[in-house]
Amino acid sequence: MALLGASGSGKSSLLNLLAGLDSPSAGAVIVEGQSLSGLSREQLAKYRRHTVGMVFQSFNLIPSMSVLENVELPLRFAEVERTKRSAMAVNALEKVGLSGRLKHRPIELSGGEQQRVALARALINQPHILLADEPTGNLDSRTGTEVMELIRRLNESLKMTVVLVTHERDLAEKYAGRLIFLADGKVVADQANSTRATVGVQP
Amino acid sequence: MKLYDSIELAARNLRESVLRNSLTTLGISVGVASLVAMLSLGIGLQQLASRRLQRSGLFDSIVVTSRRNLRSFDREQEQSGPAPAESPDLNEAARLKIANVAGVVEAYPDLRFITEVRFDEKPHLTMVAGLPLSSKDGDSFEGMQGKFFSSADAHEVILQKSFAAELLGKPSRGAQEINVAEVARPSLGKQIVMRYSERESTGQDASSFSVISHEMPLTIVGVTDLDPDSMRGSARARVFVPQQLIESMRPMQAYDMRASGGVTSDQPIYGNIVARVSGAGKVDAVEQAIKTLGFNTFSILDATKSMRRFFAILDLFLGIFGSLALTVASIGIINTLVMAILERRREIGIMKAVGASDGDVRGLFFAEAGAMGLLGGVCGTILGWIIGRVINFGTNVYLKRQGFPPEHIWSVPVWLVAGALGFSFVVSLVSGLYPASRAARLDPVQALRYE
Repeated sequence: MALLGASGSGKSSLLNLLAGLDSPSAGAVIVEGQSLSGLSREQLAKYRRHTVGMVFQSFNLIPSMSVLENVELPLRFAEVERTKRSAMAVNALEKVGLSGRLKHRPIELSGGEQQRVALARALINQPHILLADEPTGNLDSRTGTEVMELIRRLNESLKMTVVLVTHERDLAEKYAGRLIFLADGKVVADQANSTRATVGVQP
Repeated sequence: MKLYDSIELAARNLRESVLRNSLTTLGISVGVASLVAMLSLGIGLQQLASRRLQRSGLFDSIVVTSRRNLRSFDREQEQSGPAPAESPDLNEAARLKIANVAGVVEAYPDLRFITEVRFDEKPHLTMVAGLPLSSKDGDSFEGMQGKFFSSADAHEVILQKSFAAELLGKPSRGAQEINVAEVARPSLGKQIVMRYSERESTGQDASSFSVISHEMPLTIVGVTDLDPDSMRGSARARVFVPQQLIESMRPMQAYDMRASGGVTSDQPIYGNIVARVSGAGKVDAVEQAIKTLGFNTFSILDATKSMRRFFAILDLFLGIFGSLALTVASIGIINTLVMAILERRREIGIMKAVGASDGDVRGLFFAEAGAMGLLGGVCGTILGWIIGRVINFGTNVYLKRQGFPPEHIWSVPVWLVAGALGFSFVVSLVSGLYPASRAARLDPVQALRYE
């Protein structure tokens, strides 16, 4: 599923609402049958930890940590045993096609590689939904395509819902099963190519 | 997030900006150091004072006086209790009564007189006092040369070291400068002849007595290191003889003249009786018991009450001055952490986006504050210890130049170390309170928005 719209149309805000990072001033966000507005801050943190994974346009890796530590970070908050973490992180990195350079800092990697690390971090807690905010925005077209192909493979192999925010219509049409167009904070079109609807939005 | 992870992440963050964090930690160290140095000095002075008093040997002693001699130690005692004329005499019967009070180990009259002592055919005027055998166990006689009396009525004397020096014809110097061993070697085992006046009843009238002059040869068995001006009751005397010997001599006492008007029997009346108590803790109770017998009492504990209050106030003030520096340091912690929040906005946003709860973020900042506090506490305690040593050393150099013996004016007890560490840790956590909650409340959308 792709959220499309021009800058300022509210697609990123919608994504933040879905991620439980923001709360709506009116209306409700319902994910997997549960209203996020009814959750406490603690429960929202848990929701972000286990139900959704996020990738960003600017990767948002922590520069002072190595690749492996960045991927392990969500496991710390999920209180996963120390002994298991490293193996889980290596496993997640293998899924996104990165197996070397684990001790490197993010800054030493290319943009495409950094986005893969971010993807591995988003996947490590096996979320049901992947929220991707312009994941190709900072990448050249070739690496952008590589990342999108990777996301599609993950979508198929892990049966994971992917919500893609983008302003590139070509990209959305190529990969998304359902297209939602936003303008000025409102849904102006919903071209459903899939009957699957896990997310209900009532702006 | 588990505690261990918080600490690990905190340690990583502290290493990231080493200079700033170590400066903050240094600030805490200086604060803790000043606190430790101030308090260790206060405690050291207090210990010095009480050590001096303890050495005086009066902590477990009560001086009992008769209400009849109208010279009690405080006015309150003079005005309460039975009228002086009706109160009991301080005689042998009273001594037995006092000895039987629960908690009293022994009660003996404080007998002393000024007389002439001859050594090497040269006369010397001095004060002689009785000394019970039990004094041997007290710490008053530490550093004594020779040995204690062989029995309770042996014809033996112990000399105060400055008197020994006088007997040997050494130039008089301050007591502190006389080496005991030096004056003991030539005097031990020698004989001195003591003159004294025996008070003998005439048999006609209880209030009249005759005075007979005697001479008694005595062997010098010991020389004490005791300071003649210290507070010990009999320490003003410079020659000590066994208690039972002095009692059997029935020497004329200074107060015999004064008391003669009220004497009702042949029995000797004592000026005061010293009651030794089995422990300093029982002094209060025993004092009360003796007062109900109709006597006035005095103990050094009464005198130290005001001293202890003085030191409590001194410690409080030193502590407040020391804490001021720690307060400044804690503001340093707040400043550092608030700066860290500004710097790490994005990082906090990322952590929240990948599932960190408010509590996790708060815990992380707490761990950073606590780590700085603990590290600062350890360094500060060591620094304070060194400062204390330096002050102690400097003071002793000064004392030496002024001709005084060195003193230990500085003490760092274990509880002070533990207290300083705990205090700096708690102060740091309190300082971390505001930054931590501010970081926890940070809006992740805001934090992640700007590139």
